[in-house]
Amino acid sequence: MTLTPVTPTIRSRPVYAPLGARPGRMHLIVADGEGAEAVTDMLARTEDAGNLLADAHIMYCPGPTGSDQTAVLQAIGAAQFFRAPSIPAMLPRLARVLSAAHMGTQFYLAGSEGLIGQAERDIMNTGFPFEAIQKEHRGSTLRRVQCVHCKGITENVATDPFRCSHCGLNLFVRDHYSRRMAAFQGVNIDAEDPGDVPAAVVRFK
Amino acid sequence: MSLDFKPGAFNDFFRDETFRDDFTYRNSPEGIRRFPFPFDRDDYMYSVNMEPHVPGRKGSVFEHEFDVDEHYVAEMIDRAKVLADDPLRCQSLPHMTLAGWDLLELIMESKARDYPHWFGLEKTGNRWRWINRPLGIDHSFTFLDDSTLPFGPFEYITRQTQGDFTLQDERDGTLWMDAGIATSQADWSVDFDVGMNFHEWHAPVPLAHEKGVFDRALKFLLKLQHGAPVRRFNWTMTVNPLLDTAPETYPKWGPTKTSITPENMGRKQHLRVELQTLYRLPRSNAIAFDIRCYLGKFDEIVTQPKWARRLHRVVRDLPDELATYKGFIRNRPAMVEWLSKYDDGAPTSVGWWPED
Ligand code: HEM
Repeated sequence: MTLTPVTPTIRSRPVYAPLGARPGRMHLIVADGEGAEAVTDMLARTEDAGNLLADAHIMYCPGPTGSDQTAVLQAIGAAQFFRAPSIPAMLPRLARVLSAAHMGTQFYLAGSEGLIGQAERDIMNTGFPFEAIQKEHRGSTLRRVQCVHCKGITENVATDPFRCSHCGLNLFVRDHYSRRMAAFQGVNIDAEDPGDVPAAVVRFK
Repeated sequence: MSLDFKPGAFNDFFRDETFRDDFTYRNSPEGIRRFPFPFDRDDYMYSVNMEPHVPGRKGSVFEHEFDVDEHYVAEMIDRAKVLADDPLRCQSLPHMTLAGWDLLELIMESKARDYPHWFGLEKTGNRWRWINRPLGIDHSFTFLDDSTLPFGPFEYITRQTQGDFTLQDERDGTLWMDAGIATSQADWSVDFDVGMNFHEWHAPVPLAHEKGVFDRALKFLLKLQHGAPVRRFNWTMTVNPLLDTAPETYPKWGPTKTSITPENMGRKQHLRVELQTLYRLPRSNAIAFDIRCYLGKFDEIVTQPKWARRLHRVVRDLPDELATYKGFIRNRPAMVEWLSKYDDGAPTSVGWWPED
């Protein structure tokens, strides 16, 4: 299992690259699901992985399709390890850690796009430069989509079109992506011809 | 304290009209003659179409830095309604406040200079008095002191200025849309796009990336100097004189696209022109982008024979990708059919002025 391939589409759609260890005073690793493998692969490629781990804080939660590699990450010997049951449960802790993180911290985000996007949003809001953030997409391609009409965000969208979990409109999923929202954009598919909704196709897994 | 303008303060010049419900918006005969027809030739493709924003022909939309026309008061009332329905249409990230003041200064000074019978600006040090007669505003405030205005400076001045605006911060060799107000936009979401960079917010545009249009446009903009603004046209099609074609409300206005018939085409179908101007701002070094929307129904456009011939040819020959992106592919055949009646095949002169 390696980096989840992303077909290049439009310029707002995020792209990803394998994680690489970089010198830093602290290493904040945030991952979900199969993102655990991106972390172990990076460490396997790193000569002084022990040094990195001595200054590392790992936060991890199961992925959106249930993949849970807690045991692997817990055992690799990071200075701090934390497991959350879900992304929303992890974010308050991330915010607290960010409030005390100093410049020179390196960020490693790995796993689903929803996890990566939300962690990146919170890190950037704290004022860290984007060069300090590395992102490797692994595992699920389920999407986090904002309804442009009601503004509600639907997590783990698998089909296109799908029903907005807030307002119920049928939305098609664009590749247009906002880092501020950490979400793709969903737009009403039958606005011009109400009721004319094509069959949903599974596009994201 | 609020923006205490008195809606309905129309005089002989400003039209009392609507951009919603009964859609009473239209252009006067003088308004039609000064309509900014955007095509200087018989075909259209994306290009880096920028020229200095210098005063143009008397009476034209280029005469003044910020064009104030007969729709001013009605447009500001429409904007206030849109913002009351959806405050997310105006956003300014915290670091953009200074750029907002820069824009406020630019607009107030320009309007007081160009339209002294409508606008006045008196300065005693940082104490400023702003008079906006068409909207019935007479405010004194302290320049650069946010607490002396009823809104942030960006929202305060753009609630009194026709056109959508965005403010771009320059960092990392690109421009970041870190503030914006959009109540007369051609189907893009300011709420979604705020915080994006130049290539990100332009991501949905077809063909232009591949042609290098955005790389060259950005390079050009990064060199933009204070005091040397530039302008360009953009255009699309809109059913009904609806200023606020927002993605947010697309389920409301989308169905009107199916209401076009050969009989109502001239009345309902509007050419939507954006006169876009770009200014480097002095204190913040940000770039202000003004997207001023002009709407003209087909019936009005075809009163000028040159425009009628040309619009027919442009719409007929536009690449499918552009007609799809601009949202009128479904009505294009009907438009071409309707417009063809006004095209006798005669050659047209270069340039956009109707009489040249
Ligand atoms: C900093 C100033 C600018 C801002 C804020 C801006 C913003 C936008 C936005 C929001 C869109 C709609 C994209 C969508 O579909 O979601 C757009 C479209 C577009 N922009 Fe810009 N733009 C700027 C400058 C320019 C410049 C200098 C050019 C010059 C080539 C340009 C060319 C275009 C074109 C060709 C389109 C497609 C328009 C259409 O076919 O309707 N833009 N722009």
